[in-house]
Amino acid sequence: MSTLADRTLGEQIKDVIESEPVVLFMKGTPQMVMCGNSDRALRALWQSGAPITAVDILPDPRIRQELSALSGWPTIPQVFVKGELVGGADICEELAASGELRGKLDEALGADREQTVKTVALTLS
Amino acid sequence: MASETIRALLEQAFPNASDVQVVDRTGGGDHFHVTVVSSDFVGLPLIDQHRRVNEALAAPLADGTIHELRITTKGAV
Repeated sequence: MSTLADRTLGEQIKDVIESEPVVLFMKGTPQMVMCGNSDRALRALWQSGAPITAVDILPDPRIRQELSALSGWPTIPQVFVKGELVGGADICEELAASGELRGKLDEALGADREQTVKTVALTLS
Repeated sequence: MASETIRALLEQAFPNASDVQVVDRTGGGDHFHVTVVSSDFVGLPLIDQHRRVNEALAAPLADGTIHELRITTKGAV
């Protein structure tokens, strides 16, 4: 069985997106947010009751390159729900304000979900 | 300068737009908020609307001219 460390950065990113219910690729961590837009996305997710798995893209520029190549989305933050790109900070805020984000999360994860925040670090070779 | 380039790219990509706005949020010439109101967006999911804007601005996003981009889109006939 391969461990995370054996896998390329692109494979790790794909794996996180596919295995975690809600992934936020951000600048910094939920404990220390390094960008206003990442903060906006984080707040929108939290207010909508999302369990959040955060990935900091700042440790290496390759993380952002690989992520954008995979998603076709050029900017950070990026939010994925059940493997599907929801969008960046503007979309998350708009969908949170209208209640659509909560609805989407209810549909994807069930309304009685637990709300947790965790951080996943990628292994850089 | 960059604002005008961005506006031109958006107007080129969205010839049907009834409104295109580009705001230099910080005055530094690299943090922008763009607004596009166009019939092209009617019936299109929000993420696809934003994708269209990102595609229109792919060059300045890629070369770092745009350091930060906020997008507002509206579908209007």
